Formats: sequence, structure tokens, C-alpha cells
Amino acid sequence: MDFVGLPVPYTMKPRRISEFLIESAIFLAGTISILFVVLIFIFLAKEGFALFRTVSLWDFLAGKDWYPISYPPRFGALPLILGSVWVTLGAILISVPIGVACAVYIAEVAPHWLREILKASVEFLAAIPSIVLGFIGLVTLVPLVQSLFNISTGLTALAGSLMLGFMAMPTIVSIMEDALTAVPRSYREGALALGATHWQAIWRVVMPAASSGVIAAVMLGIGRVIGETMAVMMITGNAARIPTTLLQPVRTMTATIAAEMGEAVQGSPHYASLFAIGIVLFVITFIINLTADFFLHREK
Amino acid sequence: MIRINPRITEKLAFAFLFFSTLLILVPVFLILVLIFKDGLPALSWEFLASYPRLGMRAGGIFPALLGTVYLAAGTLVFSLPIGILGAIYLSEYAKDHGFKRVVEVAIINLAGVPSVVYGLFGLGLFVIFLKFGASLLAGSLTLGIMSLPVIITSTREALGTVPKSFREVSLALGATKWQTIRRAVLPNALPGILTGTILALSRAAGETAPILFTVAAFYLPKLPQSIFDQAMALPYHLYVISTQVPNVKLSIQYGTALVLILLVLAMNIVAIVIRARFRKRKLW
Repeated sequence: MDFVGLPVPYTMKPRRISEFLIESAIFLAGTISILFVVLIFIFLAKEGFALFRTVSLWDFLAGKDWYPISYPPRFGALPLILGSVWVTLGAILISVPIGVACAVYIAEVAPHWLREILKASVEFLAAIPSIVLGFIGLVTLVPLVQSLFNISTGLTALAGSLMLGFMAMPTIVSIMEDALTAVPRSYREGALALGATHWQAIWRVVMPAASSGVIAAVMLGIGRVIGETMAVMMITGNAARIPTTLLQPVRTMTATIAAEMGEAVQGSPHYASLFAIGIVLFVITFIINLTADFFLHREK
Repeated sequence: MIRINPRITEKLAFAFLFFSTLLILVPVFLILVLIFKDGLPALSWEFLASYPRLGMRAGGIFPALLGTVYLAAGTLVFSLPIGILGAIYLSEYAKDHGFKRVVEVAIINLAGVPSVVYGLFGLGLFVIFLKFGASLLAGSLTLGIMSLPVIITSTREALGTVPKSFREVSLALGATKWQTIRRAVLPNALPGILTGTILALSRAAGETAPILFTVAAFYLPKLPQSIFDQAMALPYHLYVISTQVPNVKLSIQYGTALVLILLVLAMNIVAIVIRARFRKRKLW
């Protein structure tokens, strides 16, 4: 010891103080996530609630006209909400069956050497920036949809759904795979010992045991899709009217914020309305994440 | 009732599973091939090191590339210390189960907030309320908060893999709790922390929506001089030249997409290599 001979308080003090400081910092950093969630809501509300001085909440959520810069402006967000719902619905219908099947293949069927390659590829898909996928969608998928259905433009809800379904795959596959891996080995062994085929064991025993994982995967897939911005803005056409088929252009909530914030005057009702859409998105994803978390933790 | 031979059902089912897997992987592969095939011809030293010219229809991407590097560095500065300390709190200090759950739920929600909402938040808090203006500082802070959940989660996982006995031995030798964490736990969790951090940064570097209103500039004739300046960024630049500016050559668009993909891919590969190397070296 370097400090032998010095009175105890002198050796202890600096260390005690630095220890106290670092542990305070740790506590602060540990709880700061809560602060940030609250701050996000506060700052969305601070800018967004100004809208409701001129427009009622009902007219905002259920209004059918979104003409933010005409005079007088109309702030009916229903076309945008429905745009998000349509695109999300289409994406989930595409990605859930395929994503769950892929997860089952990776977790239960694929030989070991192939498993790691498949997992890495799916992870890589998750790493591709959404702007790159939007660009690729714009130059490949959009013309394809246009010629396939012989319509005037390929910038449609369908193109958005296809691309977003693709983009949601990594989320769905990885959560589903975790849920499948969490099913005890003995379940499979028991089923196989009773004479079930490999598939019967998967279908009748493993899948039901991992069912809450399916629900969590669907929920978080929805969360991923409804929050996606750049890709969806580039390929869905951005027409703010209520869609009746998937082959029409739609405008989602996220795309509206990203496309219009640049031209909205700070402090204007238009500006506030974009923050109000942000509140709607925040509340939706908040509920989705809480629900998914509930299903993921129920198992344990 | 007709009974189908279970062996045949199994064959059909596995064929379906395999086909679904292909439906995901083949497009990934095709996208890569497409970007490399059409992007490589545009790639040159000049493309990386020169400014855009002729209204971005010619020239290179240097300011955008540099802006993205600055933003990634800024994100790292803000999110790494808070992320690591936050993870240490959850893994080593938090005792009260109920409060810990609240923190966990907050982190899960932060991870789920749409990126464009982060952009709004950054605009409201950093750009307007704190008067940073659209700047590297505001953009880095926004991306930093967005990256926190990833860094906290992966660091916490890495800390969790360090055996309990390491801590017990250190404490038994008279080390304090923080000394134990710093000397016995953190060094052994370092590879996992590095991996998670690099993955978080690669995501931040590719994001567009959070920087739209907080930092990204359409075009700047000179480089940012301080953290209070706006900057161009690679993802936003790709957005601009593929949708906002008419008649940009496809090769320039593909070239920009390729550089962005290579940047993200390189970071991911580094992360995977670190993970794989240290996994082998682990002695416990």
C-alpha cells in the first residue's frame, strides 16, 4: 500500500468522493431513459397541443380533409391515419406468415452450418438503411407494380406494403426465433419419442409453446412498419386522400411529417398539426411496445 | 376422413418453410448485387473526395460523407458514456425490482419510438427550445438519444455474461463496488460493449428522418466549421438526389447508395469479427 502510515481519513476520502460521484452518475444514467420518454412526450405536446386551440380533437382525428396550406386550412388527419393503417395492414399480412416460417426454418429445420449464414443475412437486411431500400424500391419495385397491374403510377400503397413487409422481416424473424429457442428441448424430445414426425413436433408442440412469441413478433412488426418514414415516403405516392384499394397512392403519418415540416412555418397551425401527428404516432407505438412487452414477459 | 401420410405433410411443410426463407434472402441478395453492379462504376477516389457540382448532377459526395462521419462521432460521444453507465446501473446496482421494470419499459419504449418522431423531438428540444439551431450538435444529440436503447441493451447483456465469481473474488480482496466493476467486470465485457456500440452507430449513420429537421442541409458550399453549423449527410444526400433534384444520373445515385451500404456493412463486419474473436478467447 502506498499510503501506509497516513491517517485513515486521508487515504479514504478522495476515493470515497470519486466513488460517490461515479455512483451518482451511474444512477443518473440508469434513470435517464425514463426522463427521455417523458421529455419526448412533453416536447411533442408543447408544440402539438397548440393545434387544438383552433381545431377540435375530433375534427383532427376524424376529419377527412388534409389541406394544411389552403385558406382556410383543413387539418383532418383521417386520410393519413388510414394511409398508415392500410400500408401497415398490407405489410403485416405479407411479413408475418413468411417471417414466422423463416424463423421456424432457421430455428428448427436448417442444418447447423446453414443456420449461421441465414441469421447473418437476416441481420444484414436489418442493417440496410431505410433510405437505401426506399431508393431501390423506387427504381425497381415501383415500375414493377406499375407494369404488373397496368396502372398509371406504381407509387401505391401496395408498393409500400411490399417494401415495408420486407423491412419488417428481421424484427419478426429474430423475435420469433428467440421465442422458439426458449422452448425447452424436452418438449421436442417428448413429441418425437411418442412417434411424431419432426414437423408434427414443431406444429403441435413447439409452435403452441411459442405462441406468445408470435403475438409479440406481430406487435413489434407493426411498430416497426408504422414508424418507417423514408422508404414509405419515397414509394407510396403521398396523396393525402382516403384510399379505397391498395393500388392507389397513399400518404402515411410519418411521410406527412417528414415531407411537410420543411415548409411549415414555426409556430403556425400547420407546424403544430405535424407535432400532433407525432403525438398520435408516439401513443400508438407506446401502446404497441407495452403490449408486446407484456406478451414477452408473460412466458417467464 | 382422409388421412394424409404425415411424411408427405412434413415434406410439404418443410418445402414451404424453405421457400419462405428464400423469399426473404433472395431479394436481399438481389439488392446487394444491383447496388454493387450499378454503383461500382461510379466509385472513384474523385467521387469520394470532391464536392457535388452542377446542382449535384456531377462531382462527388465528400461533404456528405464527412458530415455523416461527424454525426456518427457526435452520436458516439453522447450515447456511449450514458449508455454504459445506464447499463451498469441496471446490471450491477438496481435492487428494487419494480423500479427496474419501469426503467426497462422506458428503454423498450425509447427503442420503439419512430425515427421521425425523434426528429420532431430533436427539433422541439434542441433546435428550438435550447436554441442550438439546426446544427451538428442538435443532430448528434438526437441520434445519440435514439441510439441509447441499443447500447444499453447490448452492454447490459455483455455485463451479464461476466461470471458472478469474478465480482465475488474482487470484493473479497477488499475492492469497492466501483473498483470491482471497473477492474474485474468492464474489461471482460468490453468486446460485447464494442459490438453493440458499433451496431448502434451503423444504424445512426444510416438514419435520415431524425436528421431531417435537426442538422441535414440540402447543399453546403463549405464544410461545417463548428458543432453549431449545419452539415450535409450521406443518407439525406441520397434522398435529395433520388427524389428532390431532377435528372441526376442513376450511376451517381447508385454510387451514393453503394458508399452508404459499404459504410454500414464495414461497421457490421467489424462488429461481427470482434464478437467472433473474443468468443473464442473466452476462458470461462
